[in-house]
Amino acid sequence: MLDTLLHNGVVRRVAQSVFTLFGVAVVVFVVLRAIPGDQITANLGTEAAALTPDQRAALESYYGLDQPLLTQFFGWLGNILTGNLGFSARAQTSVADLTLQALPVTFELAVLSILLALVIGIPLGMLSASRPNSARDATGQVVGLAGLSVPAFLLATTLTSVLASRFGFNPNGEPFARFFDDPLLNLQQMLLPSLVLGFGVAAPILRTTRTAVLEVASDDFVRTARAKGVPARRLQIRHVLRNALVPIATMTGLQFGYLLGGAVVVEQIFSIPGIGRQVLLGIQQNEYALVQSTVLVIALAFVLVNLLTDLLYRIIDPRVRAA
Amino acid sequence: MSNGLRTTAIGAVVAMSLTLAACSDAPRDETGSGGGSDAGTADAQAGGDLVIGATSDPDTLFPWRATQFQAVQLLGNVYGTLTELDENLEVVPGLAESWEVSPDGLTVTFQLREGVTFADGSAFDSADVVYSLEAIRDEATAAVAASTLARVSAVAAPDPSTVELTLSTPDSGLFANLSTVNMAILSSDDTEEALNTQPNGTGPFTFQARVPNQSVTLARNDAYWGEPALLDTVEFRVIPDESSIVSAMQSGNVQMAVFDDPLVADTATGPDLTVAETPQLSYHVLQLNARRGPLADVNARLAIQCAIDRQQVLDTAALGEGEVTGPITSPAYKSDPDARPCPTRDLDQAREYLADAGLADGFALDTIVSQGEYATSVNEAQNLQAQLAEVGIELTFTPLESGAYVDRWIAADFDAAVALNGGRPEPDGMYGRYFTSDGNLNQVAGYSSPELDDLFAQGLQATDEGKRKEIYDQVARHLEDNAAWVWLFTSYTYTVTTNTLQGFVPMANGSLQYLRTAGFTG
Repeated sequence: MLDTLLHNGVVRRVAQSVFTLFGVAVVVFVVLRAIPGDQITANLGTEAAALTPDQRAALESYYGLDQPLLTQFFGWLGNILTGNLGFSARAQTSVADLTLQALPVTFELAVLSILLALVIGIPLGMLSASRPNSARDATGQVVGLAGLSVPAFLLATTLTSVLASRFGFNPNGEPFARFFDDPLLNLQQMLLPSLVLGFGVAAPILRTTRTAVLEVASDDFVRTARAKGVPARRLQIRHVLRNALVPIATMTGLQFGYLLGGAVVVEQIFSIPGIGRQVLLGIQQNEYALVQSTVLVIALAFVLVNLLTDLLYRIIDPRVRAA
Repeated sequence: MSNGLRTTAIGAVVAMSLTLAACSDAPRDETGSGGGSDAGTADAQAGGDLVIGATSDPDTLFPWRATQFQAVQLLGNVYGTLTELDENLEVVPGLAESWEVSPDGLTVTFQLREGVTFADGSAFDSADVVYSLEAIRDEATAAVAASTLARVSAVAAPDPSTVELTLSTPDSGLFANLSTVNMAILSSDDTEEALNTQPNGTGPFTFQARVPNQSVTLARNDAYWGEPALLDTVEFRVIPDESSIVSAMQSGNVQMAVFDDPLVADTATGPDLTVAETPQLSYHVLQLNARRGPLADVNARLAIQCAIDRQQVLDTAALGEGEVTGPITSPAYKSDPDARPCPTRDLDQAREYLADAGLADGFALDTIVSQGEYATSVNEAQNLQAQLAEVGIELTFTPLESGAYVDRWIAADFDAAVALNGGRPEPDGMYGRYFTSDGNLNQVAGYSSPELDDLFAQGLQATDEGKRKEIYDQVARHLEDNAAWVWLFTSYTYTVTTNTLQGFVPMANGSLQYLRTAGFTG
């Protein structure tokens, strides 16, 4: 069993992931402390100049800044291993608590966006590929280009302001509703942000689909199948698409990982209390514990998605399994 | 690239870019007060829930350490202070019904209001005042307004409704300074830990609920000692993006918001919305460090003052939205902006001053600029650079992320700083800490003189308002004549409200204390 696992490189991949996470932890810890200012100046701003040495010392001990850096680093890592992500002085609650609130929101947003992106991207990509360099292909390419080049913030602000001022439709102006509390309002609130994100993600999926389908379509086995008289539709779905799925899955996994990192801008504009906004708030306030732990959670999500994508290849494409 | 390596690289890039994004920050100025415009209170009725759009969550619920606007605005409605300011920034009674100053100015006796209770139902008396003032004075508390009590040598409570302060030197500025929420009176039974999550004050509203990063809700305090508020609840809803707040107002989800940026306020249009413009106490200024390089010579500083057309800075950097100002911005003590050596730009005079300083060929001015903290900073620096270049002064500026700016500002590591500083209603509170030689921000101010020390001391001793105004006019005049800094302009804030909301009065210090008189019509 262990031999098989080793052979499949799964253990190696997991070890790599752990190493990756440790690297992220070190980088985020160091970079945060390299930023000028600390939590005291972040909170008090220029007023911090008026603190007496004793007042500053009192605040440093309150925020735990009086500890040596190595103690802070290993203390933090040690706590994380026991599930303690630290405490947010601003929110007066544990970072784990905040993250458990924020993560499902971002997860839902990412899933909806990816679904939308797949629904738009795969059929359009296949359409484009079905007749390369035709008007149909050009249309697909233009949609792809638009998805890649229109910035999310522009699309998001335009959508909200037009819908709000013309039609009074602005579900995101209401308090955020969690799916299990109020599914109807929740889906309304998720609609625009996942459209904006999904549109952006659809573009790379569309392009990947087009390229992959074109490539597979010229493979020998497709030619053989066509010669044997397999109907066109069946040929497209069963033979071409199935074999084109590997690159599409890779691209989807990658995009999903990015989305789990929190679409900071979109979450900000639509007031979605997800993980991206949590990091942004932490950065604004120099809340070390919050930023460090949240970034680590995001990195973990990214690594897991990558692992899963890898495993998925093995299911879709037996050639990978054999390799 | 292997998958492991790829994820390491991507993870690192995510982390780096997230941290590098730390460029913007919430506003973070303490301010004083000014005159507000009067809103009609005609038909406002009791009841109703008001939603206020805020770009950021309060960063703390503990009043003694709150400096962020959102926190100060929120907590000002929950906590009570010994004195208060009215809409014209005049000191009026708060938890202290009246006060008396002994003839030598060294004893202040407060008569406390009776029948006041905290939100948790416990009674308020002199023990709470003594506890609060002692704790604020204690450096271990790290209360931001501790310096307000710097001249207090003892606090005593002869009986439950009397508090007596013994001062080391007279302090006329004390009463206005006691009105900020940083001087909130807490219950002597409370701890900071408890108050961090459950504020317990004597104000017109009580704390009801908080969802971190999403909203804070206050409810009317029916046991409030003053006229009870009309609104049932006030919710501060966090909508991080300003244009999203505008959309939320247009669709009716949010009924009130305050903006700094005239461009955003301009978009808040609609048949149901009203915008009120309020001049602010905070001021835009070119801080000069008179303890460094050529600026040690008053003539070099005066040359800078004469070479700058303030209206031009205001027009180019802030679209003319504001007023040219002298040092003191509060209505009661307002400085005449023209009382300075060069009331209007005078390049010949500037060159003459440069020659007097022995710098006829000009000099370089290493200037720090805070980027992202407020919209106009870099534009101001660019305009100042262009204007000063005409007399040969080369302003080189470094735009800094707010943390880096604050670090260098605190260390006074600059020749000049483009700054937006918070103002206060009381001129001693506003400038005493900067321009007296033992003031705790004097190093940053970069200037002091025996004359100023003497004037500030006189200002604290004088009890007559006319006399005080005269003294602070002299302070302002001295600052301008010596070009300690170059004061530029004050800007506005824009309060956007739904037309059905009446009775709210915006204040120059940004306080939302008049939520207590606000209500909906029909």
